[in-house]
Amino acid sequence: MSRLWPFVGFMLLVGLFGFGIWWNTQHDPNAIPTPLLDKPAPPFDLPKLYEPDQQVSKADLLGKPYLLNVFASWCIECGVEHPVWTREAPTLGVALIGYNYKDEPDDAKNWLDRHGDPYALVIADLPGQTAIDFGVYGAPESFLVDAKGVIRFKHIGPVTPEVMERQLKPAIAAMLKETP
Amino acid sequence: MNRLRANSLLRMLLIAMLALGGLAHAQAIEPLPFESHAQELRFQKLTHELRCPMCQNETLADSNAPIARDLRKQIFRMMQAGKSDAEIKQYLVARYSEFVLYDPPLTAGTALLWFGPLLILLGGAGVVLVAIRRRSRGGRGAAGPTIDPGDDW
Repeated sequence: MSRLWPFVGFMLLVGLFGFGIWWNTQHDPNAIPTPLLDKPAPPFDLPKLYEPDQQVSKADLLGKPYLLNVFASWCIECGVEHPVWTREAPTLGVALIGYNYKDEPDDAKNWLDRHGDPYALVIADLPGQTAIDFGVYGAPESFLVDAKGVIRFKHIGPVTPEVMERQLKPAIAAMLKETP
Repeated sequence: MNRLRANSLLRMLLIAMLALGGLAHAQAIEPLPFESHAQELRFQKLTHELRCPMCQNETLADSNAPIARDLRKQIFRMMQAGKSDAEIKQYLVARYSEFVLYDPPLTAGTALLWFGPLLILLGGAGVVLVAIRRRSRGGRGAAGPTIDPGDDW
């Protein structure tokens, strides 16, 4: 029996490392927990991408839920998730609002021309100052904000079809059930 | 002759690499108009204690990621506004969670992080203790012949 112990120890390690590999396929190892979940979204006041002389504030968007999608033309993974938005935006049940992050307005417009514009509204944060209040550290990131302005769900990294079906849509359904 | 040339080539390459490495490092630190040397030291110390949320193995001081640059600027602004180190850390934790602290506070969630190594050490000590005791107790001819010298470590 005592000669079996090294083997048992080895198998335990195999189990542990196997679990680690599986865990990392299910979770983004670079995603950090957001302390903002279920807290009011930070106040913001940003210009529209297409009408830079018009500002949009958090107060303007209160009353209806929306999905805030942080994107930029320089962000490669945004191109990965973009087809999901163009396909799903009309049937999401909430308004999709683009948050153009640290991007030159012309680059952003060209990028949207090329990839399609699924957004009901695009706000632009060129200096990236407001994004700090949202805990944004890259793109893409997506925030589900309810009618009262509370962040109900956040996803870091591209929203793949799988994330859309398994996480985002259930989160939207749960939110709409509670506060239509 | 050939070896000599290869050697000098290697040396040049090494120098170039070192120089470029220094350049990359210098780039991460943009000049900020500090009020005093003490403030600059305080800034350096603080940014070395904070982790960049984007490239997670780098400190805010070292990272060249856009978000690290923005956060350094924000920390500088807060320092100019007279905020304390604790207030600045609080500001970042409220937005990026305790993940940004290289020295995480002791909470239920980080208990394993703090005491895990100690547990592993104690477990190892336990195994060694059991092995020693077993050997000294039943070693002499008690159970079967010892014909496995290769296992005896």
